[in-house]
Amino acid sequence: MKKIEAIIKPFKLDDLKAAMTELGVQGMTVSEVKGFGRQKGHTEIYRGAEYVVDFIPKVKVEIVVATEMVEKVVNTIVATVKTGKIGDGKIFVLPVDSICRIRTGETDKEAI
Amino acid sequence: MDSSIAKKLVLPLTMAMVALAGNAMAGEGAAEITGAAATYVANNTWMLVATFLVFIMHLGFATLEAGLTRSKNTVNILFKNTAIVALGLLTYAVIGFNLMYPGDFSIPGIFGFSGFGIGVSPENMMVTGDDGVGIYTYWTDFIFQAMFAATAATIVSGAVAERVKLHSFLIFSAIYVAVVYPWVGSWKWGGGWLDAMGFYDFAGSTLVHSVGGWAALAGVILLGPRLGKYVGNTIKPIMGHNMPLATIGVFLLWLGWFGFNGGSVLSADPVAVSFVFVTTSLAAAAGIVGASALSWIIQKKPDLSMALNGALAGLVGITAGADVVSVMSSVVIGLIAGALVVVSVMVVDRMKLDDPVGAISVHLVCGIWGTLAVGIFSASHSFVTQLIGVAAYGVTCFVAAFVLFYLLKITLGIRVDEEEEMKGLDIGEHGMEAYAGFEIKNV
Repeated sequence: MKKIEAIIKPFKLDDLKAAMTELGVQGMTVSEVKGFGRQKGHTEIYRGAEYVVDFIPKVKVEIVVATEMVEKVVNTIVATVKTGKIGDGKIFVLPVDSICRIRTGETDKEAI
Repeated sequence: MDSSIAKKLVLPLTMAMVALAGNAMAGEGAAEITGAAATYVANNTWMLVATFLVFIMHLGFATLEAGLTRSKNTVNILFKNTAIVALGLLTYAVIGFNLMYPGDFSIPGIFGFSGFGIGVSPENMMVTGDDGVGIYTYWTDFIFQAMFAATAATIVSGAVAERVKLHSFLIFSAIYVAVVYPWVGSWKWGGGWLDAMGFYDFAGSTLVHSVGGWAALAGVILLGPRLGKYVGNTIKPIMGHNMPLATIGVFLLWLGWFGFNGGSVLSADPVAVSFVFVTTSLAAAAGIVGASALSWIIQKKPDLSMALNGALAGLVGITAGADVVSVMSSVVIGLIAGALVVVSVMVVDRMKLDDPVGAISVHLVCGIWGTLAVGIFSASHSFVTQLIGVAAYGVTCFVAAFVLFYLLKITLGIRVDEEEEMKGLDIGEHGMEAYAGFEIKNV
C-alpha cells in the first residue's frame, strides 16, 4: 500500500478528482498549502512598501492506493494537471505501514 | 400602537393639521402653530438625524480599523471602538459639554467650565439662531456634540492598534476626550480666543480630526512600531486582513459625514445644508481620484486601501470649510487631500512611525490641510489666522497627549509584551477570538 502526495496548482483540483474517480480511486484528502520549488515568487506593494511573496498557494492531494495502482495513478495525475508552465508541482510516493477503517474495523487492503 | 394611545394622538394631530391648514389660508395669524414653530421642528429634526448619522461613524471606524489590521487583534480593535463611544458620551455628559460650551470664560477666551452634568431649565430649552428662530433643543445640542466628541477619541485607536495596552489606552482616551478635546474646542466653537480672532473650522478639520491626529502621532511615537514592521532600513508591510470590512467602514464614514458636515450647519436651512452635502461629497470623490491616481503611479497598481484613505482624506479636508468654499474649490481640496494622504502614508512609514490605518495621514495631515485651505480658498478668511489656529491646537494637543501617554508609559506601561503581541491581543487582552469557528477545535 502506498500513499501518493501530489502538490498541484489549485485550479487543477476538480480535473484531478474527476480523473481519480474514473480510475476507481475511492477517496482522497485535500488541503490548502503554500509552497515554492524553483518557481519564483512575485513582488507586491502594500501602502507604498514592497514585499516579496515567496509562498505560492497550492493544493496538496493525498491518496492511498494498492501498490499495483501506483504507476497508473501517478501517470494519470501527471497527465491531468500538467500545464507545461513552471509551478506544476510534484508527486511523492510514500510507503504505508497499515490502514484501519474506523467504522468497521477493516484493516490494510480491505480498508483502502 | 394600542387604541388608547392612538386616541390620545388623534386629537392633537387633528388640531395641528387644522391649525396648519388655517395658517395656510389665513397667512401668519394667531393660529396654533406658527411658521417659526414649524421651522424649529424642522431644524431640530434634521439635527437629530445628523446626530445618528455621526453616530454611525463609530461603526465605520470599527470596521475600517478591523479591516486594515490582522485578524488576531480584531476583538481588541472592536472593543476599543465600542468602549470609546461609551467613554465619549458619558464623559461629555458629565464634563465635556460644559467645558466646551461654558458660556462664560473664567479665564477670558481660554478656559471656562459651567459645572458638572447636563441639564436645562424649561425657559432655556430652545436654542435659537441669530434670527431668533429655534434651531434645536438643549438636548439635541448636547447629543449632537456628544457624538462629535467620541469621534475625536476614536481616531487614536487605529494608530496605536495591535500593540497598545488596553487599560492604558482606555485611561488615555477617557482623559483626552473628557478634558483636552472639549477644552481646546471651547477656543473656537465655545466662543473662545480663536473664535474672536476669526479662526474658522466649520465642522472640525482641526477641532476634531487634527485633535485626534496629534494624539495619534504622540501615541505612535511613544509606543514604537509593531514587531517586525521595520527590519533595518526595510519596511515590512503588515497587511490588513479584510478589505471588504475596510471598504464598508469607509462608506459608513462617508454616510456619517452627511450628518457630520450637514449637521454642523446647525439648522435645516435648505440652501446651506444642501450646499454642504455637495461640497462634502465632491471632496470625497476627488479624494478617491487623487489618491488612486497617485497610488497607481507610485505603486504601479492602484491600492484599494489608499483609495479608501483618499475618500476619507477628501472628507477631512473639506470639513473645515464645506460651507464657505466654492464647489470647484471643494474638488481641488479633495484632490490635493487625496494626493497628500498617499504621500504622507509613505513618508510616515519611512520615518519609522508605524500607523496601521493611516490615521495620522488622514486626520492630522489632511486636517491641517483642510484648515489652511479655508484661508486659501475663501476670500473672507485669513490664511495666517488659520495657521495660528493650527499651531495653537498642534502645540497644545500634541504636548497634552504626549504627556498623558508618557505618564502612562512610565507607570502602567502602554505596550503589550512581545509574546502577547505575537499571539495576538485578542487572546492577550480579551481571552477570545474574533473568528472562533475558523479553526479546528477539540469540541
